[in-house]
Amino acid sequence: MLPSAEPRGPKPRRRFSRRNIFIYGTLLLVSIYYLLPLYVMVVTSLKGMPEIRLGNIFSPPMEVTFQPWVKAWSEACTGLNCDGLSRGFWNSVQILVPSVILSIAIASVNGYALANWKFKGAETFFTILIFGAFIPYQVMLYPIVILLREMGLYGSLWGLVLVHMVFGMPINTLLFRNYFTSVPEELFKAARVDGAGFWGIYFKIMLPMSLPIFVVAIIIQVTGIWNDFLFGVVYTKPENYPMTVQLNNIVNSVQGVKEYNVNMAATILTGLVPLIVYFISGKLFVRGIAAGAVKG
Amino acid sequence: MSQTSRPFQLFRNINAKIASIPMILTASVVFLGGTIWTIVYSFTNSKLLPRREFVGFDQYERLWSTNRWIVSIENLLIYGILSLIFSLIIGFLLAALLDQKIRFEDTFRTILLYPFALSFIVTGLVWQWILNPDLGVQSIVRGLGWESFTFDPLYNADIVIYGILIAGLWQGTGLVMCLMLAGLRGIDEDIWKAARVDGIPMWKTYLFIVIPMMRPVFITTLVIIASGIVRLYDLVVAQTGGGPGIASEVPAKYVYDFMFQAQNLGQGFAASTMMLLSVAIIIIPWAYLEFGGKKRG
Repeated sequence: MLPSAEPRGPKPRRRFSRRNIFIYGTLLLVSIYYLLPLYVMVVTSLKGMPEIRLGNIFSPPMEVTFQPWVKAWSEACTGLNCDGLSRGFWNSVQILVPSVILSIAIASVNGYALANWKFKGAETFFTILIFGAFIPYQVMLYPIVILLREMGLYGSLWGLVLVHMVFGMPINTLLFRNYFTSVPEELFKAARVDGAGFWGIYFKIMLPMSLPIFVVAIIIQVTGIWNDFLFGVVYTKPENYPMTVQLNNIVNSVQGVKEYNVNMAATILTGLVPLIVYFISGKLFVRGIAAGAVKG
Repeated sequence: MSQTSRPFQLFRNINAKIASIPMILTASVVFLGGTIWTIVYSFTNSKLLPRREFVGFDQYERLWSTNRWIVSIENLLIYGILSLIFSLIIGFLLAALLDQKIRFEDTFRTILLYPFALSFIVTGLVWQWILNPDLGVQSIVRGLGWESFTFDPLYNADIVIYGILIAGLWQGTGLVMCLMLAGLRGIDEDIWKAARVDGIPMWKTYLFIVIPMMRPVFITTLVIIASGIVRLYDLVVAQTGGGPGIASEVPAKYVYDFMFQAQNLGQGFAASTMMLLSVAIIIIPWAYLEFGGKKRG
């Protein structure tokens, strides 16, 4: 927007041209539509129950109260327990941390082996893995129940960690394989001449170079694992339920009066972790989704 | 690629093989083994526990004569076709708007994409409230004085699947928009200039030049949306629980309910095998187009 000495760039457009009004008008309307649910959630979670029964869900709270948030976090009942979402939150954290670390560690080594240390048959397994990403989870649900039961992990948090590792493997391995393939071969050859082996090259050369792809993989895994519902329901017991499962049980429980304010606070709390990841990582999230999705 | 065969083939590259054990196990035991296991046991009369008593196609005959399965399939078809069409069209239109070198592009993109960070459970619950006739849109419009206004998709068995579609589109169009935007950015600037010089109107340039050029992006987007559609489950559970009655049941829920609630494993296996079949019908032609074409070229 700085005035430049020489005439450059396109002819300045009038700011309120018909075209601009159309573009920004449409985008604003669409944005309102997309933001509305978030607005409804926040506004409702700050109201008391009497106010909810009176007014409509779009009106701002007359009296702001944080009581619903406290209740959602520490008092709401799921089944027999009445300690709110806090239990589910910590379960989700305990599932998330090892799942993300282990699945990315394993997938990065896998991708590295596939990219730089090809062995006979590797491509076959990789192809099966990629096709596996498209197989509906429902087909593999029960065989995994049997596998986990045989390993003594059925119902435990570690069982669910293992499941997330398995189902995260196709996309992560693909990401890392494609990334490591793009690393110049000379680098790899030079390291080999210097006597570095499989692990030496991985830790000293590949790992330090691959921060961007690690970030992408972490974003995809964190949001994916935190948002999971099906695996949580199938492979854990009620005391180990992740947050999404608990949330659904709190909100869709049939007994009692529906406390919309508490429910909406609970919903925001559950969505908070991926939303924070999304807002902090900003452009990386977009790039990660585009990269992960375009190739997956 | 081809390595000369030497003695001790097994120990060549041993570190890479050890490192690949998790991948090999996942691919062969879980993905391949699990799938075959389920297909085989879909021909048994397993109830509470898997049994090896083969009954041929009995489970499939029962499946296709169950009303709830038929409803599930119909719902998935309606939801799937509409969600494909609408997310592609809306996603592309939004991407085209954002691609007009506008200000605040990042802000708009963030707003359109944030629902994608939310889980289907959260999405489903939010829209359950907005579409609730006593609380949401209907009560607001009635409150404005239009007493006879009716908008209760989640409580009307005939249109409940469209209520789920609204929530699904809200969650998923941002991703499609992002992919399309990436595709549009990949189009050479010169093509636009050439079209402008030739006096071709903008919409024609999009329709006949740009969109055909974006074919790869459209195909990947299509595959991503399609494989997500088949798995549709969380959203239905959170929004309607399959109701009213069985009006919004979907195949993934049928499988879950029969395997883990009704303890009729054989039915669950047969239903999930049908899901696999439908995915294969989508994926195999795509894989052929993508990879079969490259080998020839």
